[in-house]
This record gives sequence, C-alpha cells and structure tokens, in this order.
Amino acid sequence: MLPFKIALRFLKSSLGQTIGIILGIGVGVSVQVFIGSLITGLQASLVDKTIGSSSQITVKMKEDDQYIEDYAEYIAYIETLPNIASVATTLDANSVLFTENKPVIVRGTDLADSDAIYKLSDKLVRGRLPAADYEVVIGESLFAELGYALGDTIDIYNPPTGSGADEHKFVTVVGTFDFQVALTNDTLIVTTIPTVQDILNVGDVVSTVITQLDEVFDSDLDAASIAAFIADDAVEVIDWKTQNESLLSGLNGQTASSLMIQVFVTLSVVLGIASVLAITVLQKSKQVGILKAMGIKDSQASFIFLSQGMILGVFGAITGLLIGLGLLYSFTTFALNADGTPVVPLSIDPGFMALSALIAFSSASLASFIPARKSTKISIIEVIKNG
Amino acid sequence: MADNVIELRHVEKVYGTAVKTQVLFDVNLAFEKESFNSIIGQSGSGKSTLLNIIGTLDRPTSGEVLLNGVKTTDLSKNKLAELRNKTIGFIFQFHYLLPEFTAYENVLMPVRIAGTPITEEIKARADELMALVGLTKVKNNLAVNMSGGQQQRTAIARALMNRPEIILADEPTGNLDSDTTEQVYDLLREINRKFKTTFVIITHDRRIAEKADRIVEVKDGRIALDLRK
Repeated sequence: MLPFKIALRFLKSSLGQTIGIILGIGVGVSVQVFIGSLITGLQASLVDKTIGSSSQITVKMKEDDQYIEDYAEYIAYIETLPNIASVATTLDANSVLFTENKPVIVRGTDLADSDAIYKLSDKLVRGRLPAADYEVVIGESLFAELGYALGDTIDIYNPPTGSGADEHKFVTVVGTFDFQVALTNDTLIVTTIPTVQDILNVGDVVSTVITQLDEVFDSDLDAASIAAFIADDAVEVIDWKTQNESLLSGLNGQTASSLMIQVFVTLSVVLGIASVLAITVLQKSKQVGILKAMGIKDSQASFIFLSQGMILGVFGAITGLLIGLGLLYSFTTFALNADGTPVVPLSIDPGFMALSALIAFSSASLASFIPARKSTKISIIEVIKNG
Repeated sequence: MADNVIELRHVEKVYGTAVKTQVLFDVNLAFEKESFNSIIGQSGSGKSTLLNIIGTLDRPTSGEVLLNGVKTTDLSKNKLAELRNKTIGFIFQFHYLLPEFTAYENVLMPVRIAGTPITEEIKARADELMALVGLTKVKNNLAVNMSGGQQQRTAIARALMNRPEIILADEPTGNLDSDTTEQVYDLLREINRKFKTTFVIITHDRRIAEKADRIVEVKDGRIALDLRK
C-alpha cells in the first residue's frame, strides 16, 4: 500500500490545503444533506397535513342515497393488498339536533379501525371515545355553543324515510374533539355504525370503505386493483391523487428542483476536487519524477492521486455529515414555532445521509481520475532538467 | 575482455520534432563491472543526456543500450521501472529527496517501491548505510531540515539501498562546497571498493575526475577522449 502511504504523507505535509479541500467537500455534502432533508421534510409534512388524517382510497356508491352492502367482501380483499396500512368503514346520516333545530352529520364508524385513519383519539379534547352504541363524541365548538355537559342526552331527529313515523334517537355525549376545521367541529357527530344504521333504519350497510396506505404515492395502483376487484359500475373508487392534482404537481416540482440543486452541488464538488487535485499533481510532480526514477510504476503513481481523492472524499463526507447534522440540529432546536414545533419541518433520514456521503466519496474518487491520469504523463527528464 | 555491465551501441539522440537538435552522435561506449568512471564535458555537450539514456530515464532515438546484456530499448515502461529499482541507483545534483519524508524513510523508499517487506534485516542495512554516510544522528529529520551535504549523503545512502550494480551520478557535488565535495567523493570511492558497485559519475571538476579509473570526455555529442588509468 505504498501509494496510499505516500498519498497520506502528501496530504499531511500540506495540511492547510488538505483541510481547505475537506471543508470544501464538507460544505457541498452538508448543503446536499440539508436541502434534501428540508425538501423531504416539507413534502412529508404537506402530505401529512393534506391527507394524513383522511382516507387515501375511498370506496363509495356513485349515488348518494345508496349504501354498500358487500363491504365485508371488499375489506377482505383490500386487506390482502400489501400497501394498505388500515381499512375502516363509515356510515353517514344527515340529521338534525331536534331540540336546537341544527343540521348535523352523524357519522358511524368502526372506531377501533378508523382511529388509525382519523386519529380521533389524538383529537379528543375532553371525555372519551364512544365505547358502546348510542354514545357520541361531538365537536368542541358545537359542545360549547350548545352548552352541553358530558353525559347529556341529545335528541337526534331524522326525517321519516317512507314509514311515516318520526324517528327520534337519543344518544349520550361522552366526549368532544377538535379537528381544527370549523365546519367539521360545528357539524360532525361521531358514533358507532350500528347507531347510525338504527338512525337511518337500514340493515347491515355502510356508505364508504376508507383506507390509508404505507406508500401514499402508489394510491392510483391500489385504487385500480380495488376497482378491478369490485367491478361494479355503481361503485366508485377514489384515490387522493386524482382529487389533489395541484398538490401533486407542486410536490413533483419541489422534488425536481431539490434534485437539480443536489446535482449542481455535486457537480461543483467534483469540479472543485478535480481542479485542486490537478494542482497537487503539479505541486508534487518533482516527487513523482523522483519516485519514477527510483522505479515506481505509472499505475502506482496514479494510485497515489486516486488515494488522495478517496481520502479527501472520506473525510469530506464525514465533515459534511457533521456540518449537515449540526445545521439540522440547530434548525430543529432553535427555530421553533410558538407551540414548540420546528418552523422548518425536517426529515432526518439516515439512508439519505449515507447516500449523500457515498455520492461525495464516489465523486471525489471519480474526480481524482483526472489528476491520476495526468501523473502518468510526468516525465522524469523534465523534472530533473527543471530542478 | 572484462565483463561489461553497461554497453551503448551506436546511440544517437535527437530532440524536437519540428526543429531537430541532435545531441548525441553514434556513441559506442562500454563500462566494466566494478569500475569507477567519470564523464566530463562542457555544458550542453550531451553528457547528462548520455547518463539519462544509460539510466533508462530517456530513450535513444536510435541505437541500443544494454545493461547486464539486457537490451533496455526493447523493454516496456513497467519493466524499465523494475530494472531501475533493482539495478540502478541515481544520485542527482539537486539531491531530489522526497521532502515529505524523513532521511531514513527516503533511504528505505527504494525497498518499499520494490514491494519488499521492511524486515529487521533491511532496517539494519538502512542503519548501516546511514552510518556509512555519517547521518545516524539526523536520520529522523525531514529532508528539508538538513544541510545540502546531508541531503546529498542521504541520496547516496538511498541509491545504495537496493544493492544496485550501477550507480549513476550527475554532478553529485555540483551544489556542495569543496570540503564536502572531497568527503562525498571519498565516500563514493569507498562504496565502490566495499560493495563492488559500478560508478558512472558526471563532473565538471577535473580534479575529481582524475580520481576515477577512467575518464570519458564528451564533446559536441561525441566521445572526444577515453582515458584509462
């Protein structure tokens, strides 16, 4: 490993220059790590805010007054898809709070399953989730507006559905939630499915099958396979992407620009290393000439400069990761919103960091090919003649 | 006829492609094993070119160079590198040590280039050579932290490290004062006797040249004088 040892000695002998190059690579890597983490974090936060607490693929009847009867069969199929994180069902009834004469939506859902989608337990302000039929949670603002207390019974009235009899159902308020959306907080009442089935006076049916996915960007593929399984024109399968096209194009634009920045940063690092190493070949041409006179082979001489590139790459990558982590840490620690969450949502992904480090190492090694090739052209005679 | 370790047959050297300058004209020359030879000549006479061609640092435009009977003109770059490492030791006017390494590391460098592991025996030899050139005390100094004479003596120790058959020296004392010059020559002579190494030394200094077994004078690219004692 003589070339490696010589490379190390060369780098050590001009320590100031070596540290300068390492810092140069380091800054490049840290920019890459920081920009990458920032964009990934922004996107994740945007996606989470938009669809994190809602259904990503929804199965429902095309006509609003129809219900899904075969939902158990659909769920059984949907659960076999590998990308599905959770499946649940809902049944909605447009009703009226009889005493207050206020229109509301009563949504029945299988809370054990749908909590993974709606995160209702996170949004609970007081009380608890419904544990039995005829127990409900309502929006905190509705609760305050109507002056309810936990344990109060409310009268839900549903217009007659053909039988002619008025339908009054009495439910108990066991908790309140805050979805941070005024309309939802004012009009939504959540309870169990059998409660709503009773309100609507329907059998074992639901109005939607809702899902969340592991890979949200693959929703179109899963939606297509669910539609193919159901194969019923009266049923529609809606995925979030078709409903959020402008968000998607924004995300794609962000990804592309982040990629561009990273490519150009990498390119400037490569060019920087290549030109600095090319200068070190000139600086060390006398030494290379002497080594060649002593019998070092061209391949070994070029390996000196390849080793330099690799050593600089390794130290540059480590420095870059440290600076990058420092930046990320400072941003997530010191730049905070009033509620303590970071102003800039960052996603710290060890895989991405390792990739950035690997790119820096490979580009430094690649860049050193130019000086390595140059070193083979150093003529001993020129070195001797020019002293 | 004695064994020739170096042999040049009809060696010519032309520099340049557009404007051609011929530096050597039909040089035929041989050096015997274990001999101590000097080459003299004025600046620009072609003596350094001759030495570089002998040392395989440069290739002749035409003619043949044989080292130990091996035609070096036919060898690949890698083979030449190996040959230089094992057979030839160079001493240049400007010392040409590696400034990043200590004197001792410089002396060991030809062994490392050969890929030979540094054994206790090799270390002992390096120490012996450092002692021979009187550098034991400064062996761990970086090359740049030594005087000119010390650097040149380090270069001599380095040239001897792989026990080469031939030492080629180009004005080895050109940069040194007269006392040091005397010491270095005495040292080279001693090495020649002790290790039976063949020496070819270029010098300006006639006084020094006269100490050699043979004086070859190069004039305008031709052998003008070949004097044996």
